[in-house]
This record gives sequence, C-alpha cells and structure tokens, in this order.
Amino acid sequence: MTLSRRNFLAASGAGAAVLVLGIRPNGALAAGNADAALNPFVKVTSGGQVTAVVKHFEKGQGPATGLSTLIAEEMGLRMDQIAYEFAPSNPEVYNNLFFGPFQGTGGSTAMANSFMQYRQAGAAAREMLIKAAADAWGVDANDLKIVEGVITGAGQSGPIGDFVAAAAELDAPSEPALTPPSEWRLIGNPDVRRLDSKIKTNGQAMFAMDVHLPNQMIAVVARAPQMGGKVASFDDSGSAEVKGFIRAATLPTQTGVVVYAENTWAAFQARDALSVEWDVSEAETRSSDEIKAEIMAALDAPPTYNVSKSDQAATRALIDGAETVLEKTFYFPLLAHAPMEPLNCTVEPNEDGGVTLHDGAQMPTGPHMALSQILELPMEKVRVNTMLAGGSFGRRATPEADYQVEAGLAFAMTDRTRPVKLVWSREDDLRSGYFRPAFGHKIRVGLDADGKIVGWDHQIAGQSIMKGTAFESFAVQDGVDSSSTEGTNDTDYQIPGMFVGLTDTPKATSVLWWRSVGHTHTAYAMEVMMDMAAKAAGADPVEYRLGYLTGSEGADRKAAVLRLAAEKAGWGSAPSGRYQGVAVHKSFGSFVAEVAEISGNPEDGIVIEKITCAVDCGIPVNPDVIKAQMEGGIGYGIGHVMRDQITLAGGEVEQYNFPDYEPLRISDIRAIDVHIVKSEAAPTGVGEPGTPPSAPALANAIEAASGVIVGSHPMSEEGVQFA
Amino acid sequence: MAISLKLNGETTTVEAEPGTPLLWVIRDELKLTGTKFGCGVASCGACTVHVDGEPVRSCQTYVEDVEGTEVTTIEAMEGTKVGAAVQQAWVEMDVVQCGYCQSGQIMSAVGLLTENPKPSVEDIHDYMYGNACRCATYQRIRTAIQRASEILEA
Repeated sequence: MTLSRRNFLAASGAGAAVLVLGIRPNGALAAGNADAALNPFVKVTSGGQVTAVVKHFEKGQGPATGLSTLIAEEMGLRMDQIAYEFAPSNPEVYNNLFFGPFQGTGGSTAMANSFMQYRQAGAAAREMLIKAAADAWGVDANDLKIVEGVITGAGQSGPIGDFVAAAAELDAPSEPALTPPSEWRLIGNPDVRRLDSKIKTNGQAMFAMDVHLPNQMIAVVARAPQMGGKVASFDDSGSAEVKGFIRAATLPTQTGVVVYAENTWAAFQARDALSVEWDVSEAETRSSDEIKAEIMAALDAPPTYNVSKSDQAATRALIDGAETVLEKTFYFPLLAHAPMEPLNCTVEPNEDGGVTLHDGAQMPTGPHMALSQILELPMEKVRVNTMLAGGSFGRRATPEADYQVEAGLAFAMTDRTRPVKLVWSREDDLRSGYFRPAFGHKIRVGLDADGKIVGWDHQIAGQSIMKGTAFESFAVQDGVDSSSTEGTNDTDYQIPGMFVGLTDTPKATSVLWWRSVGHTHTAYAMEVMMDMAAKAAGADPVEYRLGYLTGSEGADRKAAVLRLAAEKAGWGSAPSGRYQGVAVHKSFGSFVAEVAEISGNPEDGIVIEKITCAVDCGIPVNPDVIKAQMEGGIGYGIGHVMRDQITLAGGEVEQYNFPDYEPLRISDIRAIDVHIVKSEAAPTGVGEPGTPPSAPALANAIEAASGVIVGSHPMSEEGVQFA
Repeated sequence: MAISLKLNGETTTVEAEPGTPLLWVIRDELKLTGTKFGCGVASCGACTVHVDGEPVRSCQTYVEDVEGTEVTTIEAMEGTKVGAAVQQAWVEMDVVQCGYCQSGQIMSAVGLLTENPKPSVEDIHDYMYGNACRCATYQRIRTAIQRASEILEA
C-alpha cells in the first residue's frame, strides 16, 4: 500500500505530525511518506521528540547508542534529546549495506556500514527543519542552525517540533551537507554515555525472554543428543503428571519432541519427565578425540587447497635450507557461545492472520523468510519485533535461523490461536551444536643466520563454517572458505616465502561463527609463531614484529597499535616477578595490539595482572563503547582459552551447564587498560577485534614466565593452572 | 498451594506447586522480569534477589521456603539507599553491555556494600565471584562498586 504524504501524516495519529526521513534504495533522500521504498532512519514528532530507527540489533556492542550519536550530531541535539527504536524487518530498506538485500548484524559492521547513511539521514532532517523555519520566518536558511533542539539565528528562535509539519511537506535534499569533523560535538567524544544504561540497571530493559503475552504457551524441545538423531517414539505419561503440561508432539523434522506447557517451569519439568526413544542409525557418533585425530592427520598430508597460491615445495626448500627451523602444531577445540540470555523467541498470531516474531534478532531477514515459508504466509504478514538481546557472540545468527525455525514449527503444530514462546535452557544451549569449529594449524618456519624469516609453511585443517549454507557464495572462492584462513595469508606482515594450505575436515557437528570467526584460531597460531621466531632470533618480540611491518598502510597501522600498546604497557620494564607477552592482529578492518602481564607460573598458578590494549578502528565514534568492546573482547577470548572446551563422546556433548563450561569470572583478569589511536579513516569494527590478540598475548607471557609454549586449548588441559 | 510473601514491600499471595523455584514465580506468575534466568543451577547469578536482605539465587530457592519472608528484586532497588548508589555508579561508569546479567550483578553488589561499605578489590572478587558476565564487564563492575562505596560515604 502506498500512502500519500498527507495520508501518512494523518495516519500517524492524533494530529501529531511526524517527519520520517531516510534514503531510498537508489541513494536519493526521501521524506514524508510511508511508501515502501522509503528507508526511514529518523522520526520527529510535533512535540520535537527525535527517534533514531536503529537497523542493527543491540546485544551490548553499542549500535543503539552509536547510530543515535550520528543522528544527534547532525541534528544539533544533545544525547538526552534522542531516543531509539529498533527497525522492523525489511531487507530492502534496513539492509546491512555490506550484505546486499539482507538485514543483519555481523562481522563487526554495524557502525562501518551505517556511518555515512545515518549521518546523511540526520543532516537531511536538519536541513529540512531549518528550511521550514526559514520559510516561516522569512529569513535565509544559511543564517539558522539547530542548537540543542532549538532552531536559532537571524534573531529568531523556536523548537524543532514547531516545524515538523512544514518540513514533512518539503522535498528531501539530495546531498545534505554533513557536519565537518572539526565541528563534531558527539562523534569521538569520550563523555557520550550509552543510551541503554539506565533501563539495564533497574530491571526495565525488555529482552525477548521477558515477553509475556496473554494466553501464551511455553514450548521447550527435547532434542536428539547427537547430530542426525531422530525421534523413534516417545512416552509423555510422566509429563502428563506435571501440572501445567499441555501436550507433546514430534517436530516434523523428527529432530526432537516439543513439550508445550502453561509456564516455563512446568515445561522444563514436563520435558524432564518425557521419555524419548531415539533412532541413532544415522546419527553422528564420533568423539572429539577422533575429530582431533582427523584434523592432525590432515595437517600432515598435502593440503586440499593452496590458499596463498604459492609453491609449497619452494617454501619447504627454503625452510629445509635455513639456519634454524621452528615447528609448532596447534589445536583449537569446539567452543560454545553461551550468551547470557538463553536462546528464545515468541511467535504471536495477529488478527490479520499473520504473525509477529518477538526475537533478539541478529539477522531479521533469515527468520522472516523462514516463518513466511513454514507458516505459508506472505512476507508482509510476518513481522519481526527486534528486542534487546542478552548477548550473542554470533549464536543468534545462523544461516538456517535454527531456533526461530524451531519456534515456527512449534507454533505451526498448534491451532495457531495462542502465542508460542520457545525457551532454551542453558543445557540446551551448550549441548545443541552450532559450535566454533575445531581447527588445527601446523607451522614450520625457517630463519637465516640473522634470525630473519626465509620461509613460512602453514597448514590449516578444520570444518568449514560457510560451506553448505546460504553464505557459501559470499565466503567461498576456489573451494577456500575464507573464514577458515582469514588472518594468515592476508596478514599485513611482509613474510617472505609464505605458503598457506587448507584442508576441510568432515562435518562432525553443526558449526558457526563465534566472536571473531576464523581469527579465533589464526591469530593465535600466527602470533605465537611470530613470538617463537623473535625469541629464536634473540630479538625483542615487539621490535622483531615491527621489522615485518613495512610497506603498506595496513602494516603502518598495525605497527602503530603495536608501538602504542608497548609504550602504554611499559613493555620491557615489567616489575620483578611479572612477565609480559604481546600480540597484534587485524580483523574486520581494525588493528588491535595487546600486552598481557602475568605473575606466577603454570604449575602453581598464573595470575593475569593486566592487559594493555591499543586499537585503531578508524574514526572512534563512541570512544567509551570502543573501550568497553575491547574489554569485553579480551575477556571473551581469554575466558575460553583458560579452561573451556566442548567435547563429544559418541557424538554427544559431554558438558551440561556452566559448572563444566566455566565462564570468565571477575577475578580472572585483574585490570584492562585500553587506548584508542586517533584516526581519520572510515570507522571499522569493534565488537570482535579485541578477541583475537588476547589469547596469544597471554600465551606469549606464559612462555616468558616459564618457557612453556601452549599449543592446544584449553590451557588448563595443557598443564597451565590459573590462580 | 497458596504461598504468602512480601514482595518489594507488598504482601502477595501466589499459587504455585511446591518445589517451584522462586525465579519462575517472580518471572512467570508475578511478571517481574528484571530477575533473569541464566543457568538454572546457581552458577551464574543472573537470578539473584534478596530474601530478608540477603542475596540468594532464586533459581535454586523453592518458593515454599520464602513463605513469610521479604523478597526484594531489582525493580525495588531505586528506592533503597545502597541500591540507588549502586545504580548511579553503574550508569556513571556505563557498566552494562548486553545487560542481561546486570540485575543479578547489582543485587549482589548491594549485598556486598550493605555488609561491607568499603570493600577491597579482594573483597569484591570474593563476593562477586558467582556472578558471571559473558560480555566480561568485570573491569567496570569492580570500578563501579568502588564508586558506589564513595557515593555512600559522601
């Protein structure tokens, strides 16, 4: 339906004029009506309330604050004068500009893809409001500006709300003038605070888990314990004893039994009382030891893919002829994401025959399409209400929209009159797949008599994340899943004689991107190996790395963060009994260096005293959010390598809950100190890049303290104790 | 069974099966959703509430065991001296990221500061150890507890 501009204003209710403004898919600015082609990012009511329409979900990484900052900057508002709301699902309008016609958050792109788009939307709104005021006052628009929500100049003054109705009648400017960096008040201002702090400290914040609709049912699923397991039969006579139990039914996929109940506790109790016979004839039965053995065997065989498109035999000849040869094998286990809010979502029937999905939706387009198919509804009859998400680390985005599909099927199997809220327990979360895949790396490096690298032979093996998914065409080229190798062959180090090979290992469980994706393992292998080379060369690890960081903009930026982290950490002058390790890595366009400082030793227990971090993420839009993301990314990386892994026995996950997948605790890292490089480059990501250097910096500090080079994770399984 | 308790200062009667965790009574029956479900086995602290002023994990507290007690949840913290100071410090420091664990963090921090108004870093580590934050906001939790202590002292 296309509404005329005037109809839209009328339809927006109670005589309140609302300016809705955005950019058409073709890039032209448009304003005023609710035509489906409009791409609205800014709403202004006649009361002057400005709302940023945020197209990215908020899992704590800060886009609600960040995208609002861009609009407030351009519109001359204070941060307390702007509100935010999450955009509806519309892949034509609210798409991630890096993803094509697909709405979603990932790859640390929220700010990077939105930076110009949201500034332009804010600037256009400012120009239109000012033009409306200039027309009303009969003055030159060039003499007016908006200061804290008030249009002022030429001897006149009035709140923006007074000009909303007139502004909505104007054509949007095709090229609004952006506020120059020299006049920025909010972008780059370390005093800008998060917009969601208050509601997240007083219990008011609404996560999808907090949805409670009248007459809703809770659905929990008893899932096959192994991938490929199917329901043979079930007996719910025990469940029937539970007060509040409604019924149980096998999913059409045969992968589990849905238990419906009147409330969450009854649903859990009824599921515990359910007895299911599983058909395991086609189920995965390998153990994690077998998966590891397959990976290790692949590292010793010729690789399937020549990632670096170079000559491995030539690299090997260089290494074999070198003065010193270093060799190290690395193994990285399966890991779960374990966001604090267990997965959940609610499918609500609407009066028009459609449904609303209430979800902490990381990629709304996926569940939108999936529900449309499952429920045989046209896309416009499926709405997605994106709510705050209690963490994700990648888990809330799967190519298959796994948990939303489960909810859709659970709803489809009812008479579709009652809302169905699907809830996962923590055990479901840790035991149901979508893990960071296990990976192995084997690296041989040759050094000449001066300690310089002459050849670097790098083999990688593990299960591809992208192959077989809808994302394969984006991520896989010539058979190589770039998410398996990113951070190796594309390094900014100028490494001579480098070969990178990849072998995919067979599917053993479902796998998924996990905060920083391939960099979770590649950064560790690269940076521990670099440290081994530096130490074998008798060189300072910082200076040694700097020797390979020349000749490109990327190398210069990587060198700059390395120098800054070293300087701020007091590199080389640790107090007695303290040991330092360093790592630097680029991911998602951002450069991060970290220095870990520890005390103790692996036998008696290591204390992580301090992590010093330097980050270059281009223009730092919200410096304090960037610091928080570095702090969090460091904690996430270190927390897992200390003591966590998912293991399989007979195809079944051995861990159950946090006691055997122990989260990072408050005392595990004593201090984190983050420094941001001043930059005028386009903004890049911050959600993930803090994670990759954290574990290798710690490993290199452990080596400095003890000589132990930890090759496999978790470290606790390799004889490293933490105090 | 009908269970009578005082919730955030008001006497309430709830109908619940014996053995039901207090968490689910608070969330599903009383519709106070600030108290969170994180693990169900008392190892993350997201469900922390106060029973007669003491922090407890509501996921491992049977509803029948709080009969006649005073239960306080995050929603009532603004009205208490220590709670308001902790919330102020949390906002000043922008502690939160996803925010899902923060109700529990704050309920524990209030418990700590009520018991020990000037905690050392080691005191903070000991007391807050059971409150997990997957976003790893610990650096700021530590600082914010120290800041709340200053606010209370002023």
